[in-house]
Amino acid sequence: MKRAIRPEEAAEMIPEGAFLLIGGFMGVGTPHRLIDAIVARGVGGLTLVNNDTCRPGQGVGKLIDAGLVDKAIVSHIGLNPVTQKKMIAGEMQVELVPQGTLVERIRAGGVGLGGVLTPTGVGTLVEEGKQVLDIDGRKFLLEKPIRGDFALLDARQADYVGNLEYSLTAHNFNPIMALAADTVIAEPHHIMPVGVISPDAVKTPGVLVDYLLERAH
Amino acid sequence: MDAKEIIARRVAQEVQPGMLVNLGIGLPSMVANFVPDDLHVFFQAENGVIGLGSRPPEGMEDRDLTDAGGGFVTAVPGAASIDSAMSFGLIRGGHLDMTVLGGLQVDEKGHLANWMVPGKMVPGMGGAMDLVAGAKRVVVAMVHTAKGNSKIVPECTLPLTAARRVSLIVTEMAVIEPTQAGLVLRERGPGVSVEDVQAATAARLIVQGDVPEMTLPA
Repeated sequence: MKRAIRPEEAAEMIPEGAFLLIGGFMGVGTPHRLIDAIVARGVGGLTLVNNDTCRPGQGVGKLIDAGLVDKAIVSHIGLNPVTQKKMIAGEMQVELVPQGTLVERIRAGGVGLGGVLTPTGVGTLVEEGKQVLDIDGRKFLLEKPIRGDFALLDARQADYVGNLEYSLTAHNFNPIMALAADTVIAEPHHIMPVGVISPDAVKTPGVLVDYLLERAH
Repeated sequence: MDAKEIIARRVAQEVQPGMLVNLGIGLPSMVANFVPDDLHVFFQAENGVIGLGSRPPEGMEDRDLTDAGGGFVTAVPGAASIDSAMSFGLIRGGHLDMTVLGGLQVDEKGHLANWMVPGKMVPGMGGAMDLVAGAKRVVVAMVHTAKGNSKIVPECTLPLTAARRVSLIVTEMAVIEPTQAGLVLRERGPGVSVEDVQAATAARLIVQGDVPEMTLPA
């Protein structure tokens, strides 16, 4: 049995300067109630890992608006002018990572690998400062793992032991981030009795999940 | 027919039966409108679906089913939802038959630049670097010039998306194939001469014999 917690309880666990992995792609598959609670509490200095910084006023964009993020590690900021403005003004650091590299770095962090070797980024600005390895005549970049203090996930449904099932394009980074943080908090849309989610449909085993957010009232 | 439709129709002819294809946001996404259903092509959206379909009917949108631009979409019969590791595994692992992307510049080496303009626009590369590094075939779909300047240049001045040579460049004026020897002009746009194409192109084009005009089925 997992404990179902309120969004405010979850936000209180997250200290200033925490390193957060948050699921989602342009706000799809993002735990919105958790983000609202973090914004309401207003603890800053955060490092945010997400595919993007969404749009102002939406998804993880709310954390940027509130000035809570010191550093964002993302693949795209093109649809968030607030991120661009803060980055140019030096109020916020942005590390742009190719999307496939970002997910593999998180995966590496979650599955105990020392990094990944990828052809993506070879011969581009992404190569700067990185080790280039020649493997059987082909060049690869050594990309280092990413791990967080917290992974905040969105899921279609959970059961009482924390097994998670996802929905359509709301999978994205969620199942990968579930392995890559010290504390994993999932925000399921539904919480079901054990057995409702077939073992074959479980994408994130409940053993990885520390807390479930209680259903919205 | 406007420039974008010419480009989309011509790129659609590159799509072969049974392919897995990724279309970028904007102009490249128009290509899907001109690919016949009987080709049984699957479109991938890198945010997590194989079997991307058209827009849903008004009011039937599902907030968990979007394309890589965040727009609401449908999924076709036989579709699969996938996480980002699977999605980019398909891309990087050589399982994606073709990617169609927009471009800011392409040069004589066939190098593409499409993810930032230093000091002006830094949207980030998103999935573009993985797509160009990993897809079996990389097609750049873009208008030939921007504000009167050629987007096909001797050497990219903007940061590259990948060190790899792209497979084909399709504009409203030309179909150009980057090769070891340089950029080969394969086709002319509707009503455009070889001289027109070269005049609008900063890069040197290799012209071999008669260059046919694009055929664009109705």
